[in-house]
Order: sequence, then structure tokens, then C-alpha cells
Amino acid sequence: MAIFRSHVLICGGTGCTSSKSDQIKKRFEEKVKEVNLENEIQIVSTGCFGLCEEGPIVIVYPEGSFYSRMTIDRVDEIVDEHLVKGRIVKKYLYEDGSKDDKLKSLGEVDFYKKQLRVALRNCGVIDPENINEYIARDGYMALGKVLTEMTPEEVIKLVKDSGLKGRGGAGFSTGMKWSFAAPNKADQKYVICNADEGDPGAFMDRSVLEGDPHAVLEAMAIAGYAIGATKGFIYVRAEYPIAVHRLEIAIGQAKELGLLGKNIFGSGFDFDLEIRLGAGAFVCGEETALMQSIEGKRGMSRNKPPFPANKGLWGKPTIINNVETLANIPQIINNGADWFRSFGTEKSAGTKVFALGGKINNTGLVEVPMGTTLREVIYDIGGGCPNGKAFKAVQTGGPSGGCLTADHLDTPIDYDNLIALGSMMGSGGMIVMDEDNCMVDIARFFLDFTVDESCGKCTPCREGTKRMLEILDKITEGKATMEDLDKLESLARNIKETSLCGLGQTAPNPVLSTMKYFRDEYEAHVKDHRCPSGVCQALLSYVITMNCKGCTKCARLCPVGAIEGKVKELHTIDQSKCIKCGACMDACSFNAIIKK
Amino acid sequence: MKSLDELKKLRDESLKNMEMRDTGKEIRVVVGMATCGIAAGARPVLSSLVEEVAKRNLKNVQVVQTGCIGMCIYEPIVEVYAPDKEKVTYVHIDEEKAKRIIAEHIVNGNVVNEYTIGAVEK
Amino acid sequence: MQNVLDLTAKKAEFKQLKTYMDSIKDSQGVLMQTLHKAQDIFGYLPIEVQKFISKEMDIPLAEVYGVATFYTQFSIEPKGKHKIGVCLGTACYVKGSQLVLDKLAKELNIKVGSTTEDNLFTLEATRCLGCCGLAPVMMIDDEVYGKVDPKNIPDIIAKYKE
Repeated sequence: MAIFRSHVLICGGTGCTSSKSDQIKKRFEEKVKEVNLENEIQIVSTGCFGLCEEGPIVIVYPEGSFYSRMTIDRVDEIVDEHLVKGRIVKKYLYEDGSKDDKLKSLGEVDFYKKQLRVALRNCGVIDPENINEYIARDGYMALGKVLTEMTPEEVIKLVKDSGLKGRGGAGFSTGMKWSFAAPNKADQKYVICNADEGDPGAFMDRSVLEGDPHAVLEAMAIAGYAIGATKGFIYVRAEYPIAVHRLEIAIGQAKELGLLGKNIFGSGFDFDLEIRLGAGAFVCGEETALMQSIEGKRGMSRNKPPFPANKGLWGKPTIINNVETLANIPQIINNGADWFRSFGTEKSAGTKVFALGGKINNTGLVEVPMGTTLREVIYDIGGGCPNGKAFKAVQTGGPSGGCLTADHLDTPIDYDNLIALGSMMGSGGMIVMDEDNCMVDIARFFLDFTVDESCGKCTPCREGTKRMLEILDKITEGKATMEDLDKLESLARNIKETSLCGLGQTAPNPVLSTMKYFRDEYEAHVKDHRCPSGVCQALLSYVITMNCKGCTKCARLCPVGAIEGKVKELHTIDQSKCIKCGACMDACSFNAIIKK
Repeated sequence: MKSLDELKKLRDESLKNMEMRDTGKEIRVVVGMATCGIAAGARPVLSSLVEEVAKRNLKNVQVVQTGCIGMCIYEPIVEVYAPDKEKVTYVHIDEEKAKRIIAEHIVNGNVVNEYTIGAVEK
Repeated sequence: MQNVLDLTAKKAEFKQLKTYMDSIKDSQGVLMQTLHKAQDIFGYLPIEVQKFISKEMDIPLAEVYGVATFYTQFSIEPKGKHKIGVCLGTACYVKGSQLVLDKLAKELNIKVGSTTEDNLFTLEATRCLGCCGLAPVMMIDDEVYGKVDPKNIPDIIAKYKE
């Protein structure tokens, strides 16, 4: 095997690929060839490094230099200076906002210092399209250990003892799930990986699939051995083409090495995997709906029991685990239950990956031990809100979760604490909002999402969420009464109680939690017909400020003739005529027109 | 894959190429790779150091390149940094000398005095 | 808009679909894959194609239609030459992607979910594309535009009109 003196790792995650990291890689390859170093320098496309805000990201080893916001025209300089002459190109290194000096290497970046990467340990470190790099990092050791040294009962006990809970939302014990399916006798059992990551703003599963696909395959084979299944399905969103492509490659390589297929490690255990694509239906993240979809039907959920462990895919015993959950399994097998329990809290063991997004400086993926506080995640790692704006709320758990306020920042994050506050862990999306975001509008946004995604099978969810959305529309238009607020609340509680599946049962959470913590904002919309954050269009008026130079451009453009004023004098808008089209604001060259 | 041993073998082979990405190593071997160093033949020295470290499976050692060290007449220059020890600077190094540095200094802890800058200056 | 398919002109496409269907016929529950493939080939799922799949797979047409209309990624209407998708995931929404979408609708003079009269653009709101670091994000065909400012939209659109 050739030994390279330098490795150039280029992020090939979806975020960085969107900003042309594939072309940057191509230029590196060309340039390295031009300077005749192609046998000394290895160029690798990896999974997500997590710091998406600073992408595209390039890391050069052995120095570990962290180049951020790369562009194609910087490539030549980095090759000429750094790779040929050994001079790190300091001006292109990642700059940590909190310090004056540019940082040199990955380990010194604040964003990474406070993290503990278990599920993401290989993301950004290995080439996901090369199984040897996974194996170099102890890949498939756990599968080998399980098949040659452990009984299925021992595997289940180990996973149970680790305290691992499902990372996809509900937080059910993974070991328990497996133990329900194991004793059932059947001619066929199934293992399903739920990679239908539908929560808007959550992308950790995609990053694991893109950055470390073999970890998921290995874990599925271990699960198959534990419950006695020989067949697995990975149900993945069609919106993730890079993830699907890498999974296909990974399955092919694993089969070639005999790590999937017949008689793995000479143990007599067979395991085969198939990828199934979703087609854009949020409800398919719910396990019964997901199985319907794999069977090629409309993804509609059904009553439980029977649970999938007894009657699942095609009526056979089935276990369904989320991507991030599975990514933890090989390491639990290799390092033991106590090792895993040493991270996190008493009731929530291990780490959790969060997707930080919205009004935050360091958008990206972070993995921290359970029990880390929201403040540490949002401020110490995420760098707080940009442009000096005030933090208002953080939304966790996607459309099933709720909003938490500044008062909750010191809450340690775990399953129970979040539920107690009216939100939930969900899959780990964390959207930060600042003073410019209207909480009523955010609640309306989530309801709009659930109305659209409700499968339509049960009445509370299909009809109820629609009625809730209508009331929220009324509020954001300033047409609601205080009675409407009460109606909204009681309707929300009814839907929570009576819906068939998780989608409906949690759909009212964003509304209930914002009503609880931001009731004053709701009341301002209802009583004063005012949107305090200046978001809800119908409640805003366009106003001309003192910046007006009297150029008359807006008055000439206004389609309803609502603007009056003489040349070189301050203009005014007649609010009774204004239709709020915004044309004047777009046209003004002096930024003199504002929305209030 | 027929046995765990077979997998371990493949892992150890693959690991040699991955060692590079671990930046937390104790001993650093630094090669001057500025224009002057390269002109004097630093590139094959660097390659031979990397190969030798990989061949001997020295997990504790990191081979890095650096810019001009400032003593162009002594290039190629190789510096060895080890914890709690003084920096050792080797000068006029070629591929063979590089191998000897790894074998004697890095592996056995005996500085190759005749290649050091002190010996050459005398 | 023409919505009837000239079957004789599409012989090669049907053959291509048939070949794919034969290649996966040993697997269970492959209706979704078949529809994905058919949409790749035809660009959308006209009723003639649904009938063909129904007959070949021996699944009632009602069920094929049911699946084709349940999932948002399947379309039974033809799409414009360029598909514009604006991400309305939470991260993009809080960073103003609704304004991007509104601006596009105004600029193209169509409603969200419809196609321009010249069949050049179809405008859609999409679910989270997973590049939240680039919010607000929009996609035109396979090209991703990150950190979109509504002001730049006319220029971006103009590139595709040539």
C-alpha cells in the first residue's frame, strides 16, 4: 500500500457540496498532478465536519490545518505554498470569532473542543467510500466479536445495559425493543433502519449516512444477529441523493469483503441489505407508516398494538431503529456498556447529536454528552445569535417539539427534562430564534407543515390541525378574539389525546408551548392588532422615515396612489389606501421606507 | 471475511495510511520543505521518513513539513522534537541518513551525533 | 397544457421501464421504486404510465394512483423545463425563505406549485434540503443557491431564460 506524506480531506457532505466542494476537490487533484505530487499526497472526500456555516471545509494532515470557506481559486495557492513548501497559508485558515489569532488546527477550534463525538466519530475523518478506512478505525470489529464470541442474548443484554435510547424521537430503550422481537418465532424477521429524516432543520442522520455509512450497516447486521433476522431494509429520503449513493457503494464493498451476505465470519449467519427510497412524506418517519411505504403502499400509520416487534413488515417480527441510534451500536459492543454509561446522565446515557440552525453564528452539527445545558450548546459551541441580536427562543424536536425560552437555558438536555418543559428531544433539530422572529408566526409555520403532512387517516389529526391552522391564520391577520385563544388551546389538547399516531399526538406541541411561554405575543396580535416582532404582514404598516429625500419614485410606483408628497419633501403613506404590496420599499434608493 | 483475525490483519494494514490524521502524537519529525530545502533534496527525505515510520509502525511519531528554517546552506534539514528533550537538528540529510535517524534516534533513543548541526559546524 | 401522452412516440421509454421492472421483479413491494423510475424516464406520471404499471405489476390502478398522489415527490402533471424549489424547512424559514418564495412567485407571476405559461419554470416549496448552514436555500434543477437575498432573484432567474 502506498504511504502518502500528506492527506487533504475535503468535506463532501451535502452542505459543502452545495457550495462546490466537489469542484474544489477536482482542482486539488489537477493541481497536485501539475506539481507532480500525486504519489505523495492523498486527496480524500469525507463526510460532514459539522461546521457547515464555514463550509466548504478543507483539512490538511499531518498538520491538521483547518481551511474554511474554501474557493476554487484558493486551491493553487494552498498547493504551491502548503503542500509543496510546507508553509501553511494562514490567511485562509478558519478564524474563530472569539479570538484574535487565526487558529491552526482542528483540535484548537472552540466549536470542536467542547464536543464529544461518538456517533459522529468517523465523520470528517475517513473516506466514506473506502471500506478500508472504516476498518482501520476498528470497523466491523464489533460484528466480528458478536458473531464469534457472543450469543444473541448476550448482545441484547449488553445493549440494554448500556441504556441506549432511540435517537429518532420517542427515546425508547433500544435493548428492550430488540428483546421484544428476539423470542418471536417466524420464518423471516426484519431489521429496518429509519433514515426518513423528515424534521425540518435536522440533518444528523444524513451526515452519518454520508460520512460513515458502514457504521449503520455493521449495526444492522449486529441487530439482525441479536433478533434472528437475515434481511434488512434502509428506508431513506429521496431528498438525500449523496447519502443514497454512498450507501450503495458501502453495501457493495461490504458484500465484496464478505461482511454482508452469506456465512459472515464463518459463523453461519447470513445478512442481506436493501435500500428503499421514500418519496416525500413526513408521516413515513412513523414506524407503522414507514413499513407500509416499504411494502409499496401509501404511508399511513395504524394502531399499535400489534407492535412491529410482533407483527411488522409483511406481518413478520421487525425492529426499526434510527440512524444515529445504530451508529452508537458498534462502539457499545467494542467498549462495553459501562463505557457508554460514563457519558451523559443517569437516565439518558451517551451523547446526542444536534443540528444547530436558524439565528446562530455556527450553524452545523454538534455532538455533546446528554446533560449538557442549552446555554453551552447555543453559546459556547454555537457562538450565540449573530449581529448582536437578543436570543428569544430555541425550538427543539421539530414539528413535534416546542419552544424554550431564555429562562430554560441552564436546563441540562435530556429526554425527561425537555418533555417536562413541553418540548421534546425529537431527532435533535435545534433552531435558534432571535428578537426578529414572531412566535405566533413560528407556531403557524409548524401547523402549516403538519396540516400538509397529515396522512388523513384519523379525524383529529386531519380535521383538527386544519382548524387550528385557521385560528392561527386569524390571529396573524389580527382578526381573532380572546375566545379564539381558548378554543385553540382546548382543540390542541383534544388532538394530543385522540390522534392515532405520533404525528397527530405531538402536532399541537409547537402551539401549546408558544402559548405557554409567549402568551403576551399572542395577546398583542389579538388585542392590539400588533405583531411585536414585525413579521406578520397583515399587521404591519409601511412608514416613510426622515431618510426620505423626496425623489417621488415611490409615489409614482404605488399602484393605488397611497403615497403623497412634493419633490424634495418628506413623503407620507395614506394607511387607509395602502394595500401593503411593498413595491415602495423595494424601490426606495435611500432605505427610507420601513415596516412597523 | 472468514475470521476475526483476517479482519484484524486488514485493519492493521489500513491503519498505516490513516495514522497521518492523528495530530496528538508525542514525537515530531519536521522536514524543511521551502524552495531551498526542496532544491537540496528534501522531498525524497520526507518520503523516506514517512515510509520508514509507517513500516516500523511507529504510532507515536508524526512526520511534518515546515517552511524555511533559515539555514539554507545546511539543507535538507530534519528536526526531531521529543517531550522533555532538547530539539535535535540534523543537517545535510539524504534518504539513507533519514532511515538511520529513524532506526537509531527515534526507535532506540540514540542521537546520531555525526549528522547533527553541532558536529557539522566543527 | 397538453396532458395526453402520445403512446407510439414513447415506445422506447416504455421499453426502458419494462426492462427495469423485469430486473426487480423478484423483490417484494417495489411499486415505489417503479414509480421513481417511471418519473425519471417520463418526467412525470401520466395516467397512461400508471395504467401500464398497474397492468404489468397486477396492482389495481386505484392503488397505483393512490400511491402516486400520496407522496409529494410524485407528480401526475408535467413540470416546467426548470424546477425551482425553495426550502421551507425551519432553519430557512426563520432566516426569511418565505420572502424568497414570495419574490419568486411575484417575479414569475405564478402561484407556488404551478408552472409558467411558457413551460419554462415550475415553482415549488420544498421540505428541508439539509443544507441548513446555507439558509435560506433554493434549488434550480440540481444547482443549489445558498444565502439567497430576494433582491438577487431577478438576476438568478435571468440566467435560465437564455
